[in-house]
Amino acid sequence: MDALRRTLLKGAGATGAIAAAVAAGVLKPSQVLAAEINRQAFEAKDVAGALKAAGAGNAAESKDIVIRAPDIAENGAVVPVEIVSNIPNTISLAVVVDKNPFPLTTAFDFANGAVPEMALRVKMGQTSLVEALAKTSDGKFYIAKKEVKVTVGGCGG
Amino acid sequence: MADPMKIRAQMKGDTADIRVLMSHAMETGQRKDNAGNTVPAHYIQSITVDVGGKRVLQGQTGPAVSRNPVFGFKVKGAKAGDKVVINWVDNKGDKRTDEATIS
Repeated sequence: MDALRRTLLKGAGATGAIAAAVAAGVLKPSQVLAAEINRQAFEAKDVAGALKAAGAGNAAESKDIVIRAPDIAENGAVVPVEIVSNIPNTISLAVVVDKNPFPLTTAFDFANGAVPEMALRVKMGQTSLVEALAKTSDGKFYIAKKEVKVTVGGCGG
Repeated sequence: MADPMKIRAQMKGDTADIRVLMSHAMETGQRKDNAGNTVPAHYIQSITVDVGGKRVLQGQTGPAVSRNPVFGFKVKGAKAGDKVVINWVDNKGDKRTDEATIS
């Protein structure tokens, strides 16, 4: 709360105050952005917990989600992952790395013509399944999985 | 204040190809420094992308995104000359907004 007050005193403006509130845990980012996948899912320490917190406990496996990632990643700190959803009306995509300390890495919502696909680089602690989770506008979840072998881990150490 | 983002936005057919490189340490909170102290977590938590004044993407990220994150997105219906505005906020409240024009 201290940080919030200081920001206000400095007169950094409304956005600064919101950012500080987010940092202080007063306002969850999901409340600010009305995100499809809620922030608690990022704090889950296992995949089942993350999916459950995201509301995707019963996601159906789908071949319409494409995961492009290397079979073997030499450096776990930088693993390029690209996911593409060919499921109609996909509004949200998330990337989950099974064996990371916090499996959920990213969740993006798409609107106004954004194509439901994204490319990013994730950290992987060890060889693990990489899962792509898609949410459609009718609230259904779909999931696809791909194993990526890691020779040097990217978390901790 | 963090370094500026590098944003590249190009039209490919009817789709805008947007790539962004953010400059951020993305500390996981798992790593220890040489003295054995845990380095506190410091990572980008939320990202928004606006094209032509409309919010096209909003996302949340955890600490498992790589250092100096690179993201690639595609947006249909955008046109050359549209402004791309990308914003991020990290878990310490730092934030950064940068913009580019689709070419």
